[in-house]
Amino acid sequence: MKFDRDLRRKIKDHVVTILAFLCVVVAIIPLASILYTSIVRGAQVLSIGFLTGAEPTEGCTVHPGVTCSYGGIGPAIEGTFVLIGMSALIAIPIGILIGIYISEYGGSRLGRIVSFSTEVMAGVPSIVIGVFVYSIFLLYDKSIIFSATTGSIALAIVMLPIVARTSEQALRQVPQSLREASLALGIPKHRTTLRVVLTAGRAALVTGAVLAVMRAGGETAPLLFTAFGNFRGFTGFNQPVEALPLVIFSWGTGPYGNEIADAWGAALVLILIMLSISIAARLVLRQRFGPTANAVITTLPK
Amino acid sequence: MKPIPVRSGARAPGRGLTKIVDRSFAILVSVVGLGFLAFIALFIYILYDAAKPSIAQFGIAFLWGQTWNPSPVSGPVVLGVLPFIIGTLLTSAIALLIAIPLSLGIAIFLTEQAPIFLRSPFGFTIELLAAVPSVIYGLWGIFVLVPFMRLYTEPVLAHVGGPLFSGPVRGTDILTAGVILAIMIIPTISAISREALGSVPQSQREAALSLGATRWEATRISVLSYARTGLFGAVILGLGRAVGETMAVTMTIGNSNHIPMSLFDQGQTIASLIANEFTEATSPLELSALIEAGLVLLVITILINIFARFLIWRVVRSTGEVNE
Repeated sequence: MKFDRDLRRKIKDHVVTILAFLCVVVAIIPLASILYTSIVRGAQVLSIGFLTGAEPTEGCTVHPGVTCSYGGIGPAIEGTFVLIGMSALIAIPIGILIGIYISEYGGSRLGRIVSFSTEVMAGVPSIVIGVFVYSIFLLYDKSIIFSATTGSIALAIVMLPIVARTSEQALRQVPQSLREASLALGIPKHRTTLRVVLTAGRAALVTGAVLAVMRAGGETAPLLFTAFGNFRGFTGFNQPVEALPLVIFSWGTGPYGNEIADAWGAALVLILIMLSISIAARLVLRQRFGPTANAVITTLPK
Repeated sequence: MKPIPVRSGARAPGRGLTKIVDRSFAILVSVVGLGFLAFIALFIYILYDAAKPSIAQFGIAFLWGQTWNPSPVSGPVVLGVLPFIIGTLLTSAIALLIAIPLSLGIAIFLTEQAPIFLRSPFGFTIELLAAVPSVIYGLWGIFVLVPFMRLYTEPVLAHVGGPLFSGPVRGTDILTAGVILAIMIIPTISAISREALGSVPQSQREAALSLGATRWEATRISVLSYARTGLFGAVILGLGRAVGETMAVTMTIGNSNHIPMSLFDQGQTIASLIANEFTEATSPLELSALIEAGLVLLVITILINIFARFLIWRVVRSTGEVNE
C-alpha cells in the first residue's frame, strides 16, 4: 500500500514537470510562427531597392500573369529614424536626470514616490499617450497636430519612464563606497554624481537607453494621430511623417496583395532591427546584473 | 572595477563658485525629478480639459451608455462606452484565463524544475515575445491566427456550443483578440512570477524536501503559497497590459460598435475604439468623447498598475521577511 502511494506521488511529480515544460513549448510556438511567417513572407520582397525605394503608388491585387509594383519602404525607414532620433534627444537626458534624482537626490520618501510613479507611468497604454499629445495641440496649436514634432513628443513620452527606470536601476547598482570615496576626497556632490556615479553605471545607462529606443521604434498606437503618416517620408518638422509601424498597419489591414507583401517585408525589417538590438542589450544586462535584471525589461509595457 | 580617474586639484565643496554650481545642479535635478509628478497631473488635466464638451453633454452616463452613434444621420447623437468596456473586460478575461496557467507553468518550470543550464536560454526565448512590436502581432494575427481560429479552433468550440460559443464563425472576433492578448502578456506574467518564486528563501524548499516531499509537493506546499502575493501582483500587471493593448486587438477584433453577444461576435475595446475612430471623428463632440474614452482607459490602467506595483513591491522589497 505504502509503496503504491509513493509510486503515485513520484509519477505525479514527473507529470507536473512534463506539463510545466509543455507550457514553455506552447508559449514558444507563437514566437516561432511569427518569426517564420515574417521571414518567409518578408523575404519575397526584401531587396536593396525595397529598403530605399518609394512607396507603391497604387494597390494591386496579385494574380498569376499580373505584374504588381511592390515599391519600397525608404520613406518609412527615413521617418522612423527621424522620430526615434528626435524622441531620444528629448527623453534620454530628461529620463537620466529623473533617474539621478531618484537614486542620488530624492531621499528615501520623495525618491520612492517618483520611482513609483515612473513604474506606474510605464504601464500607461501608448494609445493614451497619443491621445494626450493630440489633446495638447488641439487645445493650444492645431496647425501642427499631425507632424514629426508631435510624433516625436509622443514617442519621447513612451520612452521617458523606461529611461528613468533603467537609469535608476543602473545608478543603484553603483557601490556606495565609490560615492563615499569621491566625497571624502572633497569632490562636490554634482561632480561625484556626473563623473563618478554616471561613469561607473554607464554600461547599464546605455543599455536602458537602447531598450527605450527599441520600444519606441516599434510603437504604432501613439503615432496614429500624431505622426500620422506621409508617403513622401520626412518633409519637415511641421509636416506629417511616415514610420515603419504605420505602413505595416495601413498596408497589412488593406485589401491589396502588393501592399500586404510590402507590410510583411517592413515587418521583417522591423523585427531584424528590434531583435538584434534587443539581444545585444539583454546579453549586456545579464552579464552586468544577473538574471533578474531582465525581468525589469520584460515587464515594460508594449 | 576599473579605477575612476579623478582630476587632481578638485576643490573642496563650500567654496564660492563650486558651491553655487553644486546647489544649482541639485535644484535642476530636483525640478526635473519632481516635475515628473507634475507631468502626470498635467497629463490627466489635459485629457480632462479636452474631454469637457463630452463630459458636459453626456455626464456620468457616458460610462454605461449602450449606444455609440456619432452621426445625426442615423438617429440622435448618443455616445456611450459600455460596449467597449464590455469588449475590454471580455478580451482581458480570455487573455488571463489562457495566460495565467501557462505563465505559472513557465515560471515553475524555469525556477523549480528545469536543469540549471536550460533555465537561461528558455527564459530568454520567452522574453523575446515581449520584444516583438504590437503591430507585428496584429499582422500575424490577421494572416495566421485568424484563419487558424476560423478553420480549426472555433468550429470545435461551436460544437461545444453554449451562449459563449454561438453565432457565425468568423475568426475576427472577441475570442481571437483575447488569444492574441494572452500571447502578448505571457512574458510579463511569467517574468514577474519567476521573480516572485525566485525570492522564496531556499530554506522553504529544503524544509518540505527534508520531510520527504517530492519536488512538486515542495513547490505546491511551501513555494507557491509563500509567493502568492507576488504571483497575484504578476497577474494584475498582466491585466494592466491586456487592458491597454491596442494594435494587435484593433487588427483582430472585428471592430463593431455593438455590445458583443458571444465570444464569436465582433467587438471593440476602449483602446481599439480610439485607434479606429479617432482620425475619422465626424464632429468635435465625437472627438471629445474619444478623448474622454482615453481618460477612462488612463484612469483604469493607472489604478490597476498602482495595485499591481504595490503587491510586487511588498514582495520584492521585503525579500527575506515573512509577509502577513
